[in-house]
Amino acid sequence: MTDEMKKPDDLRIGVFVCDCGLNIAGTVDCRAVAEYAETLDDVVAVVRNKYTCADPGQNEIKRAIEEHNLNRVVVASCTPKIHEPTFRNCVAEAGLNPYLFEMVNIREHCSWVHQREKEKATEKAKDLIRSGVARARFLEPQIEEEVPVTKAALVIGGGIAGIQAALDLADAGHKVYLVEKEPSIGGIMAAIDKTYPTMDCSI
Amino acid sequence: MMDVGRHPNITLYSYSEVDALTGFVGNFHITIRRKARYVVESECTACNDCVEVCPVVVPDEYQQGFSSRKAIYIPFPQAVPSAYVLNMEECLGNNPIACGKCAEACEKKCIDYDMQDELINIEVGVVIVATGMEVYDPTELDEFGYTRHENVVTSMEFERLICAGGPTEGHFLRPTDRETPKTIGFIQCVGSRSENRGNPYCSNICCMNTVKDTLLLRDHYPDIEAKVFYIDIRAFGKGFEDLYKRSREGGVKYIRGIPGEIEENPETKNLLLTVENTTTGQLEKHELQMVVLSLGLVPRHDGDLLKRFLTLSNTVDGFLMECHPKLKPVDAPTRGVFFAGCVEAPKDIKDSVTQAGAAAARASILLNAGKVKVEAITSRIIEEKCNYCGICARVCPYHAIMEPDRKAKKAPVVIQAACAGCGTCAAECPQDAIEMRHYRDEQYLAQIEALMAERPHEHIVTFACNWCSYPGGDDAGTARLQYPTSCRLIRTMCSGRVDEDFVMHAFRLGAPIVLVSGCHFSDCHYIDAVQWTQKRVERMWNKLERLGIRPERLQLDWISAADGQKFARVMRELEEMLKTVTMEEIKHTMEVLSNGKAEKKATAAKKAKVKKKTPTKKAKVE
Repeated sequence: MTDEMKKPDDLRIGVFVCDCGLNIAGTVDCRAVAEYAETLDDVVAVVRNKYTCADPGQNEIKRAIEEHNLNRVVVASCTPKIHEPTFRNCVAEAGLNPYLFEMVNIREHCSWVHQREKEKATEKAKDLIRSGVARARFLEPQIEEEVPVTKAALVIGGGIAGIQAALDLADAGHKVYLVEKEPSIGGIMAAIDKTYPTMDCSI
Repeated sequence: MMDVGRHPNITLYSYSEVDALTGFVGNFHITIRRKARYVVESECTACNDCVEVCPVVVPDEYQQGFSSRKAIYIPFPQAVPSAYVLNMEECLGNNPIACGKCAEACEKKCIDYDMQDELINIEVGVVIVATGMEVYDPTELDEFGYTRHENVVTSMEFERLICAGGPTEGHFLRPTDRETPKTIGFIQCVGSRSENRGNPYCSNICCMNTVKDTLLLRDHYPDIEAKVFYIDIRAFGKGFEDLYKRSREGGVKYIRGIPGEIEENPETKNLLLTVENTTTGQLEKHELQMVVLSLGLVPRHDGDLLKRFLTLSNTVDGFLMECHPKLKPVDAPTRGVFFAGCVEAPKDIKDSVTQAGAAAARASILLNAGKVKVEAITSRIIEEKCNYCGICARVCPYHAIMEPDRKAKKAPVVIQAACAGCGTCAAECPQDAIEMRHYRDEQYLAQIEALMAERPHEHIVTFACNWCSYPGGDDAGTARLQYPTSCRLIRTMCSGRVDEDFVMHAFRLGAPIVLVSGCHFSDCHYIDAVQWTQKRVERMWNKLERLGIRPERLQLDWISAADGQKFARVMRELEEMLKTVTMEEIKHTMEVLSNGKAEKKATAAKKAKVKKKTPTKKAKVE
């Protein structure tokens, strides 16, 4: 750690290791990983789950947050592309700022791609969790800023697409400015005689 | 079209262009240039008196030049707004002495030669880009003789020739003798699906447009013999196969093969096509009285200004790039901007209408909410560290950073709503004066230290961007592609976030190989942030070389989200490279990089003027 790095005092990190049925536990020794996670600094609770994303798994997270007064949550399971929003909501429901959550991918990036190297995959899972916990130490609560939206739309181009978009927005009650380069709207479609598949007029 | 003209919620600015556009999601400021029409739009009753007296006759663009119009004209009878326009370049002069006939004839006195362009400022929350496309110009395909043979017409010209509102009032005549042709050929993929001339992509609409044309011909002239020359017929949409079948059953001959040449018989003006029929393997000759070139679609030539205003980029085909090809197909990468129609890719009317509806719905979400939340991953300037160099403002793909004022010692300002959180500014800032919320430097350095804490010499430190390379790794996992266990991955929102400090820190702590991976240039989710990744990695290669460290130990690769195969392959290749990195080499690297002076010297050699902070504390390696 370099000198200028500052981490908050009183870190209470919870690590949740997911078996994902056998998807992870079939390759990675999740028990060994969970035991290892307990040895990491600032980690005060480690819970192993069969399916962390399912309701019982999420309830365990909420319970642990309350019981251990956790202020950082690390879930080691699948890709954040799938369940990051799930777990952010979960910790938020337990009263934590959703940005105090960190996800470690030990499935797509570990168990599924090292199926024949169980020991090394287990070591890798430990490394990845150590890295996730290191990142979690520096997580801070974040507030999502809100900016107002001017209640009007600009549609650029008055061909069939622009016309349709403008009409839909206008019918929905919004103010629409439609800008067309040519002297008339209609675009290329207006120059077409009949259109498929209905074989009717374009205009 | 009429509905647009009379809808109380729509203000239509025809004959107008966007002159300037600034702002960000929810808060766009636009200047519209309303070009002088020289006819007071609201007063004009389209009575035609002015047209009758106008002495200037020019080709009519709407009728593809098959008929003429006057200098004062209405583009077509159903035009909206229903008002005349005077083309001042064609007018005999707004000098009333020279002409002035239209103004005299106009009873309502709505012709104004002194009219000026008008600038109108508006404020909107969302922008829908529906600027469309253009039709391919077949002039360069000389073998089809479009410029030499009058009876070779384009598919757009065909539309006018068959239209009841066209120059021949719906009587389908060929240009040379004004007779209805007895034989006609359609050539497909003109300007499309070609690696040499035209474009490599499929233009989507031309197959079905030709099928439609053959059906129209058969309805009007059952005796015409029609032949279609094609590569494949792509009739994939709902009801399309049915139309194609009707066309075939109606006697239209479909011949698989594109003619190599069209010659004209100078006397009959008939056309002789030479084609290799790839079904029979025979070289055939077809004599036809008329040929229609089924033109592909191309991106607009005049879209650059708008692209710059809205920080949009295009895919390799030249059409605008969407936020995500599957999951956000109508969203632009810039928030609050949406696409409708062919500006995004060639598509037919149904798809354009569908996409327009989707774009309107997506835009409505923002408009209805009345406010927009910004994900808390944006950048923040640490003012006391800033030296006002302005690099951040220059590299920001979203123009979300307002330039600093060096004289006034005013630090740059990040427009939070416009920032997408790519982190390029933070990585490029020579003063480390920019912090990314939720993805701070400390967090990355701590992750690197954690990964390097045990057996660092066995690990490939991999930086993977959130949008392509990381999901590329996911894709490898989903497909259960097996690769060596050496990869230790760190997710960044964009590869543009990967700071030189991160890479050097990994090497300093004993990493044998570092991989920076991101989206391909055409897929970059932060417009063009990836170009800064490339430039920065090139800089780092030079620096490593100056330090006596093998530059190839820092790898750069582009891996797309759907390319798990490549992700696994890269990992296997890097494993091989890993074996070539000796412990002595790693130790040497660690020593060189832990020696602040050596690194400083190497940096100074390159950037004499830019001060570079180098860690002074010796790195701890377990």
